[in-house]
Amino acid sequence: MGLRDKRMRLAGFGLLLFAIAVLFSAVSVGSALNVEAAGTAGATDLTESAISIKKGKIILKSRCGKCHAIKGPAATTLKDFKARKGPDLFYAGVKYNEEWLIKWLANPVPIRPAGFRYFKNIIVTEGSDDTVNWDALAEHVALTPDEAEMVAATLMTFMAYKGKVKKNALTEEPADAFMGEMNFDKFSGCLACHEIEPGYGGVTGPEVYTVAERLKPDFIYSYLKSPQSFDPKSMMPDKELGENFLQVLTKYMLSLEAPPDGEYDEGEEE
Amino acid sequence: MKQSYRYIIGALSLLAAMMMVPNGMAEAATARDNYRTYCAQCHGVNGSGGGVNTESMSVQPRDHTDAKGMSGLTDAKLKKAIAEGGLAVSKSVLMPPWRATFNDKELDALVGYLRELCKCSE
Ligand code: HEC
Ligand code: HEC
Ligand code: HEC
Repeated sequence: MGLRDKRMRLAGFGLLLFAIAVLFSAVSVGSALNVEAAGTAGATDLTESAISIKKGKIILKSRCGKCHAIKGPAATTLKDFKARKGPDLFYAGVKYNEEWLIKWLANPVPIRPAGFRYFKNIIVTEGSDDTVNWDALAEHVALTPDEAEMVAATLMTFMAYKGKVKKNALTEEPADAFMGEMNFDKFSGCLACHEIEPGYGGVTGPEVYTVAERLKPDFIYSYLKSPQSFDPKSMMPDKELGENFLQVLTKYMLSLEAPPDGEYDEGEEE
Repeated sequence: MKQSYRYIIGALSLLAAMMMVPNGMAEAATARDNYRTYCAQCHGVNGSGGGVNTESMSVQPRDHTDAKGMSGLTDAKLKKAIAEGGLAVSKSVLMPPWRATFNDKELDALVGYLRELCKCSE
């Protein structure tokens, strides 16, 4: 092959790369500017759902990444753990129910009563109990319904930790509401950190009365079994639960229901 | 040749020594940081037992600044309570086990920090 041929090939290859780059940036700029125009990206052979996943990713990167880890790993040092500004989302696909994501992203309500990192939201006075600084709690950014759908679709593709979640973990045996609450409160001490209804329970963990809507059952089971395998620095201790307790507690939380709309926050202020 | 080895060994040991000294200090600082992140949920930032979760707790967390109460507990017992939880020392289940969260060194450092809080020894 002559030198000239080689050069020509090189130039051709360069041109091809350039064309691909232009195409990609055109698609992303187009979708960043006009998020609603699903399906009109043309030119490429992406399917409609692939397009919305791509648009969701752009929203995540540009508007969510400063508070949420959309790529792993979880924090392994206390410094990193404390610095995080929102829950890790890089394993969202194994954790959340898509329906709930769509609903919540468009209409977010508080999940952790004392905020994501409670120690940044408390008032400490010598000689009296620590109190939550309710006024310091920021509202979560809300998406439009269309954006929420795209972002939820994207989040469902984040399958890190798939191997850590036990498949079909729950047995057929039905939940026992009375024993479930007894266990959650008295035998396992979960109520110390989690609310089972607004204003009743601890404030440093996420409330668990919307867990059924929010989280996948297999995820709940696996997280209870070892919070540290999902988040090594988690503020939730490993309660060293046996199989029976894991079943009872997971089913109990899944049996709880959110109060009617608008009753979320009340009762916590006093 | 021999001389340069000696220099290298000298430099290395100096470096090791430099890393050892602040290490102890760093551990103490980390224990305080760990306490104020994990334990303060219930025991309160200052350790006096008034964390933000206490309102709905049926057994109140121990006051770690109480010299009298805390001096009655040995270091070994404190460590057991932290690592294995309240049940392991015949206390409330509300005191969780933390051995999945902290390694042995961090647990020892936490015991040390509790001694600082109570200004007492066993
Ligand atoms: C200013 C920081 C910030 C930004 C920006 C932000 N979030 Fe959040 N996000 C948080 C915090 C803090 C929470 C916890 C809220 C709570 O517990 O009440 C949260 C919670 C969530 C949750 C629920 C997670 C869980 O496990 O409870 C989802 C899903 C979520 N955010 C998605 C998004 C998306 C998508 C975006 C971008 C459109 C976004 N967030 C932008 C801070 C942020
Ligand atoms: C010392 C406080 C504490 C105790 C005790 C505790 N948790 Fe948690 N739990 C937390 C915190 C904090 C989180 C949130 C971790 C995060 O934000 O990543 C959590 C997360 C969870 C989650 C996941 C919820 C979500 O929305 O991500 C479930 C489910 C849960 N805990 C159930 C339990 C059960 C059941 C028990 C009793 C066996 C228990 N917890 C005991 C503090 C606690
Ligand atoms: C979920 C709330 C909670 C958290 C979080 C918590 N504790 Fe406790 N702790 C308690 C309660 C309640 C007691 C009192 C138990 C009793 O008297 O029966 C207690 C008691 C103790 C005791 C005394 C045990 C004894 O033998 O009397 C020690 C020591 C202790 N906690 C250390 C810690 C440390 C260190 C941390 C953080 C790593 C921590 N605790 C986190 C609730 C908690």
